[in-house]
Amino acid sequence: MSIRISRRLRGLVRKEFVQIRRDPSSLAIAFLLPALLLLLFGYGVSLDAYHVRVGVVVTQPTAETASFTSHLQHSPYFAPVALPDIQAAERAIGRREISAILWLREDFTRKLLASGGAPIGVMLDGVDANTARIVEGYLQQTWQTWLAARAAEVGQPVPGATISGALAVTGRVWFNPAVQSRDYLVPGLIAVIMTLTGALLTALVIAREWERGTLEALMVTPVSLREIIVSKLAPYFVLGMGGMAVSVAMAVWLFHVPLRGSFAVLVLAASLFMGAALGMGLLISSVARNQFVAGQIAIIVTFLPAFILSGFIFDIGSMPEPIRLFTYLVAARYFVAILQSVFLAGDVWSVILPNAAALVAMAAIFLGLARLVTRKRLD
Amino acid sequence: MFSRVLALIVKELLALLKDPKSRMVLIGPPLMQLIVFGYAATFDLNQVPFVVYNADTSAASRDLIAHFTGTPTFRLVARVDSLAQIPALIEGRKAVMALAIDARFTRDLLTGQPAPVEVIVDGRNSNTALIALGYANEILSDYAASWASQHGARTPSALVMRARYNPNLESRWFIIPGIIALLAQVVTLLVVALTVAREREAGTFDQLLVTPLRPVDILLGKGIPGLIIGLAEATVILLAAVFWFGVPLRGAVGVFYLGAVVFIIAVIGIGLLISALSATQQQALLGAFLFMVPSIILSGFATPIANMPQAVQWLTLINPLRYFLVVVRSVFLQAASLASLSTEIAAMAAIGCVSLVAATVMFRRRVY
Repeated sequence: MSIRISRRLRGLVRKEFVQIRRDPSSLAIAFLLPALLLLLFGYGVSLDAYHVRVGVVVTQPTAETASFTSHLQHSPYFAPVALPDIQAAERAIGRREISAILWLREDFTRKLLASGGAPIGVMLDGVDANTARIVEGYLQQTWQTWLAARAAEVGQPVPGATISGALAVTGRVWFNPAVQSRDYLVPGLIAVIMTLTGALLTALVIAREWERGTLEALMVTPVSLREIIVSKLAPYFVLGMGGMAVSVAMAVWLFHVPLRGSFAVLVLAASLFMGAALGMGLLISSVARNQFVAGQIAIIVTFLPAFILSGFIFDIGSMPEPIRLFTYLVAARYFVAILQSVFLAGDVWSVILPNAAALVAMAAIFLGLARLVTRKRLD
Repeated sequence: MFSRVLALIVKELLALLKDPKSRMVLIGPPLMQLIVFGYAATFDLNQVPFVVYNADTSAASRDLIAHFTGTPTFRLVARVDSLAQIPALIEGRKAVMALAIDARFTRDLLTGQPAPVEVIVDGRNSNTALIALGYANEILSDYAASWASQHGARTPSALVMRARYNPNLESRWFIIPGIIALLAQVVTLLVVALTVAREREAGTFDQLLVTPLRPVDILLGKGIPGLIIGLAEATVILLAAVFWFGVPLRGAVGVFYLGAVVFIIAVIGIGLLISALSATQQQALLGAFLFMVPSIILSGFATPIANMPQAVQWLTLINPLRYFLVVVRSVFLQAASLASLSTEIAAMAAIGCVSLVAATVMFRRRVY
């Protein structure tokens, strides 16, 4: 009996693989889309601003203003553009040609040498608020190094005379000292990619079988419901894990993202997440039974949350309370936490264990729910 | 000829709106996306958990810590007694930032030596790290300046920063106008790309071919409903952006709609092209996806185009979404005039012409 069952199962799984091979669009979702996403994110997406174009207006050029502008010039973050007056600068910022205006007025040199508090007026282009914030930080940093350099040159007359003289601030970024956004985006992207194969592709394929009625035809055969579900999910599990392996390989060898933890932990976490994603895919297809609707629902409830509510790009801690509570329902959230830690920090068990437990729970809930819904619909 | 096309448009709209499932897809998801994006997609930081190691138990260092706890940006979660406790807290994600004040802090401050302060941030999310570090620097330099002025020292220079167009640098003002462009594209593309494929799968496309409609009529009949739905979608989100999220709409609505029409026509051309090339709905969906994902990522929607490598920046020039994002954002925040956006609108028009011609050519080849 058990041999017959396993032969039946094998037959079903084989049929599924043959079908995947025949329809190139399934393989494309499983491998082409991940590769495309990785390339786009690896090469295209960067939150790191370098050579930001800033307009510099110096009303009365002196040696002092020159010492400041040359500091800007030598910073890798800025590409200063000298502009004749503030009107020209305003026009340039309106045309999005520069991201900020720096204005050294005529009183700059006098105040710097005498009373102090020489003002440097900064006008940031606030349309892109995130970039503006980053530019703000870089400007602050550049300004402080300029002050420190000046203090060293002039010799400090009064204790604590300069701001940089009062505090010596050391900023350290752990796990990612070069502060490369790629190193945090690429690991998280693996969760998005596996959501695509696990949930979107599975939802589409099974919805198609509902649409065509082939699933119902399968129901009248002696094959049990469990066998049908296993045979539908197993091939996509394999595809998803294959996509993950490709992604990890690209992350490590192409984008040189450090993998400080162990590959075994990654595989384990990925298979747990894959279980949850497949459960969601199956659930969606059983509810929708129509490719168009299944595709839409899959994008809305799996892909978008994996993108936005998982901590992949946006910081969960800063979201409003209701949304933050909602993110606990997003399976990708737990996987992204594991991915970012295993890649950049190592096998941090205090992060891995609770998140893995949550993934187990999510997988159990979604697979159980999917099974329940599919059975009900069959009767 | 026009009445024939009109009939097809009416039929197309009815098919979309009468089917409860497609109707749900047109209304539910965009609203969901608006809410999720609107509230969750923010780079602003608040309540960043941080820990303090304070080896210098003086009023000065306590005052410094109060500068951090006094802002909504940071939330103190723990005080630790030794530096060795910090790594576990940051690794385990209990804190994103650690502030370490050395035992010499007050002594150095009073003797005019640079008083050592260390700021450690978790770089696993490098954007959060960078912004948190920026905030911390700002607080520290404020502290240093106020300390200096209280002790009769003068600061040689002052950095006075202000932001134009978005004075509080709220990232919502940047993201939400972007969503208008994003969702107008998603909905239009899906509607247009899937209609032909659905008819092909159902076999009704052959029936359409034996009617007196010419291929161009069919294209128009399939494309115009996309324009109507895309514009309706854009309008709904525009209203939500202004009245729900409170993003200031400073420019002329007319400029926005001109840009929207040109943009949606360009997207329809691409949608029809995908439709003409695919035989099944899955292929059409995949095609739409293969276009949509790069077009969103390479549009400047979330990350600036200026940060991309030069070759990728050139690639963005053929992306209509890139231009429409500029149009929407500058109409909203900069009150941009039509003249200042003419380059963007012309570029979208050019992309629209190319894609529509390509779609027509591919369609004829498929039809005959």
